[in-house]
Amino acid sequence: MKTVLIACGAGIATSTVVNNAVEELAKENNIKVDLKQVKISEVGAYADSADLLVTTAMTQKEFDFPVINARNFLTGIGIEDTKAQILEELKK
Amino acid sequence: MRDIYFDESIILLDLEAGSKEEVLTAMASNLEEKGLIKSSYLEAVIAREEEFATGLPTNGVSVAIPHTDVEHVNTKTISVAVLKKPVEFGVMGDPNEMVDVELVFMLAMDKADSQLNLLQNLMQIFQNEETLKFLANEKDKTKIVNLLENKLDFSF
Repeated sequence: MKTVLIACGAGIATSTVVNNAVEELAKENNIKVDLKQVKISEVGAYADSADLLVTTAMTQKEFDFPVINARNFLTGIGIEDTKAQILEELKK
Repeated sequence: MRDIYFDESIILLDLEAGSKEEVLTAMASNLEEKGLIKSSYLEAVIAREEEFATGLPTNGVSVAIPHTDVEHVNTKTISVAVLKKPVEFGVMGDPNEMVDVELVFMLAMDKADSQLNLLQNLMQIFQNEETLKFLANEKDKTKIVNLLENKLDFSF
């Protein structure tokens, strides 16, 4: 099972919405995921265990796992592209 | 039980501001006067906006959703400002991009969880160009409050 980090600046607002969207997406596609909603500043603690980071607070930092920008879940623009990107990573 | 403070007094129309800091200051000062947030909120929300911008290039009318940690909040509320002239905010997730924002929703959240419905409903508004245009142009605060009460559904 993949561990997916869902992060925003405060870990309370936008990540809540994104967390739910990714949960639904995984469910619709029958993929089991372990979602962790965190502050972007806490991502480093999961450097060894996470498979993917989906975030509204893009960071300049480099991680060993892919990072996907989740802003489209908030604006609704290009949301299908973002979902496809996430699914591709989850299916790897 | 309804635990959110929401009425005409936290809707700011035709707000004149030359920068995002001025927008945040005007909105936070109003909330602080009403005792809804602590005096520490303003500095915290400005710093957070600097580090993690909240501007969203939504269809039709661009918005921003400044917010900060729960410890600066006394009572949960969402303040809305309609800006007289658009003000530049950084784009969420793209530190080098800017967006001209006309509608600002300042979120004062008092708990880290249990607001999924509220936030999802807010994002539904952001994805509805007609609603955004209505909010940006309506001059009657009561109509704005009624529309948001209806769309955000505070009755959870």
